Amino acid sequence: MSTADLIATDPGWISLVKALLIFAVCVLATLMSVWGERRIVARMQQRMGPNRVGPFGLIQALADGVKLALKEDLIPKAADRIVFVIAPIIAVTTCFMAFAVIPLSGTVVLFGHETVMQLTDIPVGVLYILATASVGVYGIVLAGWSSGSTYPLLGGLRSSAQVISYEIAMGLSLVAVFIYSGSMSTADIVGAQDKWWFCVTLFPSFVIYAISMVGETNRAPFDLAEAEGELVGGFHTEYSSLKFALFFLAEYVNIVAVSALAATLFLGGYHALPGLGFTESWLGGWFTVIWFLAKVVFFFFIFVWLRGTLPRLRYDQFMKFGWKVLIPFSLVWIIIVATLRVLSLQGAPRSALIGFTIGIVLLVLAGANLYESSKKRRALADSLGEVATPSFPVPAIPQKISNTRTEQING
Amino acid sequence: MDSPLTPRSNDLGLTAASKANVPIESQEAKSFFRQLGGFWVTFKTMFKKPNTVEYPEVKEPTAERFHGRHQLNRYDDGLEKCIGCELCAWACPADAILVEGESNTDEERFSPGERYGKVYQINYLRCIFCGLCIEACPTRALTMTNEYELADESRSKLIFEKEDLMAPLKSGMLLPPHPMASGKTHLDYYRGEITGSSDE
Repeated sequence: MSTADLIATDPGWISLVKALLIFAVCVLATLMSVWGERRIVARMQQRMGPNRVGPFGLIQALADGVKLALKEDLIPKAADRIVFVIAPIIAVTTCFMAFAVIPLSGTVVLFGHETVMQLTDIPVGVLYILATASVGVYGIVLAGWSSGSTYPLLGGLRSSAQVISYEIAMGLSLVAVFIYSGSMSTADIVGAQDKWWFCVTLFPSFVIYAISMVGETNRAPFDLAEAEGELVGGFHTEYSSLKFALFFLAEYVNIVAVSALAATLFLGGYHALPGLGFTESWLGGWFTVIWFLAKVVFFFFIFVWLRGTLPRLRYDQFMKFGWKVLIPFSLVWIIIVATLRVLSLQGAPRSALIGFTIGIVLLVLAGANLYESSKKRRALADSLGEVATPSFPVPAIPQKISNTRTEQING
Repeated sequence: MDSPLTPRSNDLGLTAASKANVPIESQEAKSFFRQLGGFWVTFKTMFKKPNTVEYPEVKEPTAERFHGRHQLNRYDDGLEKCIGCELCAWACPADAILVEGESNTDEERFSPGERYGKVYQINYLRCIFCGLCIEACPTRALTMTNEYELADESRSKLIFEKEDLMAPLKSGMLLPPHPMASGKTHLDYYRGEITGSSDE
């Protein structure tokens, strides 16, 4: 029985229980990840991190949440009141919605009913996740716009531009997964990885996805939208109290969601590590949840590690990287993958596949060689005294300005 | 805290700073793989001992000459050193000190010599701990301790009166008012020839 059929037999109350569980897991994950992030980053900076509230500071995030809830809820006079209130709600609901199609476990027994820990399985599950993420951008845009203030507007603009740009790369990186698993349903994709995880077979896709998921969630080093030193707080500058808490929740649920998606699509979802397959039947199948959570935690650690290590990118570099590196690279990769897939599906001999691969490698090497030599030629030209004009706008040289002024005055 | 605290290091990070002060050979970006070394640095640091001093539980000693709360000192027989000259108040750039002098009498003597400080207040909401008052004091009556825990919950509590600032009476000291040591003048006191209240 396939996962979709299994879910179809769920009575309504089981779905309700699952929805509640998913919601609880998301909120709990947010609290834990705020705490975890602060502790890990602190250790990376040789600090202790929060350790006052509760054992090891575990309920620090909860205390912060209570503090936020008790704060005064301000709505600026210039704000568009209705949109201002709706924006955080949009941001947070879309984040939660993505979790509906993520398979958290294999087949388990929940209250005497055989099912899987996945709210629903739709044939275009991954597209659905991308769609909810896109709707989530509305939360950001509307928050920035409705605040009636400059910084939030700039922050919202940056955020939305960033999320939209990196969503393209993200979507493209997933195409290879669709091609190889032959499905867009998350359950089927996990099923297709029972032998080899896609992070091995489709390594370039995995790398592109890993980079673009950081861009997608507005996290360091791609946190230009919330650059504290540049834009105050980005799109949520004017938000306070519970509405701010909602954005905070949305941000972290989003991180957990993209991590969960990464685990589902590339790390074999709830499957155990290779060679540990026997653990999947432990606890009546519930042990698979632990495997899944472990993978999500792994990705979360990567997020924190990135934040602890890398400085923030400049905005133009960031956009250049997204549009001129990630997107073309994934397009070329998709062509290669598609060709290989079609060749192997049509029963081409193994030698043809290997020949094709070698040809691609040779092409890439030749291209890299050409690029290197042209770079060397440019460097040579530079060293001969030709100062290259920088690609970004620079102010005029002061000497020249004064010259022209004298000329102007003297006629 | 009874046991004398010892600083973790007298070095104050100077060695590390001079080691770090290596000229940059090249302005160009390092190779991609060299740059990835940064990830190893942060990962490694996770397993190092944190540098945090867990303050309210663990207290590190201050630097030896740290500018903390003021103290009004006494001669060894307990007489106050302050002569109520107000030089500290005049030196204070933040106008944090209020002194009102009063004349000593033979019946009621607080300090050797003519005058003593009757009212002595330091407002720690204003004090910037610059130490100019200490430099101004002609009798070394005013010095600074290493005590830094001066936070409190009301403004009035942060105006320290004379009794808050006076140095505690050590053994052999006698609480003023009392006369000067027999046969001694205020000049002997200033020269530091008084050791303990011998005649009492």
